[in-house]
Amino acid sequence: MQTEDLRDVRTEEFELNMGPQHPSTHGVLRMILKMDGEKVLHCDPIIGYLHRSIEKMAESRTYTQFIPVTDRLDYCTSMTSNYVYVMAVEALGDISPPPRAEYIRVIMSELNRIASHLLWYGTFCLEIGATTPFLYAFRDREKVLDLFEMTCGARLLYNYLRVGGVSRDLPPNFLKEMIDFLDYWEPIIPEYEDLLDQNPIFYNRAQQVGVLTPAHANRFAVSGPSLRASGVSYDVRRADPYSVYKDLKFEVPLGKNGDVFDRYRVRMEEMRQSAAILRQCAELIPSGKFIDLHNWRFTLPAGEVYKHIESPRGDIGCYLVSNGGDKPWRCKFRAPSFVHIQLFRELIKDVLIPDIMAIAASFDIVLPETDR
Amino acid sequence: MKRADFLKKLQERWPESIQDERNENGLEVPAQAIPEALAYLRDDPETRMNYLDFITAVDYPPDTMHVIYSLYSLDKQHRVQLKVKLDRFHPTLATASHLWTNAEWNEREVYDLFGVVFPGLSDPRRILMPEDWEGHPLRKDYLHPNLASKPD
Repeated sequence: MQTEDLRDVRTEEFELNMGPQHPSTHGVLRMILKMDGEKVLHCDPIIGYLHRSIEKMAESRTYTQFIPVTDRLDYCTSMTSNYVYVMAVEALGDISPPPRAEYIRVIMSELNRIASHLLWYGTFCLEIGATTPFLYAFRDREKVLDLFEMTCGARLLYNYLRVGGVSRDLPPNFLKEMIDFLDYWEPIIPEYEDLLDQNPIFYNRAQQVGVLTPAHANRFAVSGPSLRASGVSYDVRRADPYSVYKDLKFEVPLGKNGDVFDRYRVRMEEMRQSAAILRQCAELIPSGKFIDLHNWRFTLPAGEVYKHIESPRGDIGCYLVSNGGDKPWRCKFRAPSFVHIQLFRELIKDVLIPDIMAIAASFDIVLPETDR
Repeated sequence: MKRADFLKKLQERWPESIQDERNENGLEVPAQAIPEALAYLRDDPETRMNYLDFITAVDYPPDTMHVIYSLYSLDKQHRVQLKVKLDRFHPTLATASHLWTNAEWNEREVYDLFGVVFPGLSDPRRILMPEDWEGHPLRKDYLHPNLASKPD
């Protein structure tokens, strides 16, 4: 065709439906994209495909019966979703778990953070087109899951925490196995990084893509590693220390530019910090009881409380309302992914199609938590 | 800032504000004070609540509905929950989506699950339930259609 003819070709914007069944959306996220050729002009995320009415289910179960349901909030970090709910119940009932249980809980949340970040690392790389890191990440995530299996018999949905403690004590050789794992795994983190940091293709895919400024992040209440990658130092473990975190030494890694690359860097550093926390816990953990309460059916005094913790994805919270009965009157979860998906409307704009998944994956969204 | 300081600040402008008896970190403000009270807490140099944790509601039959705003300040590191009491049959509340962008989806969720209407919300669709769903599932008197049609 002659150049003059090409000028006459009529172009127009079109709508493209992405999902809800899409291999890289970690669940069922649907995005309606308005496209100009390969450029995305507008993105409208649609959620709700995984809505299981978890908050309604809370109202018909006793406080203890609801714990296994909280596992299903976020299958990548069941321990932290257990934890935030149990913490809210304990705050309302004025129950304090024995010190050993506090340490076990911190160990479990940090191990879960490692497992979740490894899962994120593997799938993030898959989504930007690198297959090898996925195999590395899953090989090592398996070892963390083995530790969970040792502790509570489950590999994915643990149902391990209880109101007033944990369901069973650590097995006798657990701490040794955990340290063995850390000794094996910590030298491997640089290997993960070499696969990406030395790779110019990855640089081009990740740097200056999906930039999130601090002001922008506040307006949306972004939290967790995604917020810290923009240089805002907000970590619930620091800002509002719960459990034994105030006795532990760790750093809060920060990014600078808030792009996909920084979000990747912050998560890699966080894994190192989690390893440091685990080593301290292995030293400091006291012996003693692992649970105080033996009555599983109890009532809580009427009241309302908001408790939140740092999950691998961000600031997960539980607003619990009791009317004096043995079941929650209302149980609301503040899910970090719910906030992050909302952000796509503004971040996925004037980008190319391959960048959509790089940006979406860099926020580590998990749909079951969003839809509840 | 502690809860009492927040209360003092709010009472200067909205004298009806009181402490929330049920929540030790909560305050109650009149419904007409929304969204001015939220904007005031966000912009005042002493409070600087620049971070909206969440908005949710709690249903209390027969006639009350509570809407709760949880606010946090990244600069000052303090948190407070504001509660508004509404009439359960016509719950209406002004939108706060011009103050924090994430209020938009939170309000859509509260509308979807509780039926609280936020006039001024630019996109008032349902968010978690299908668009053609009837009823608001987290209301206490909601009965799932499958259960409703079941014989005794």
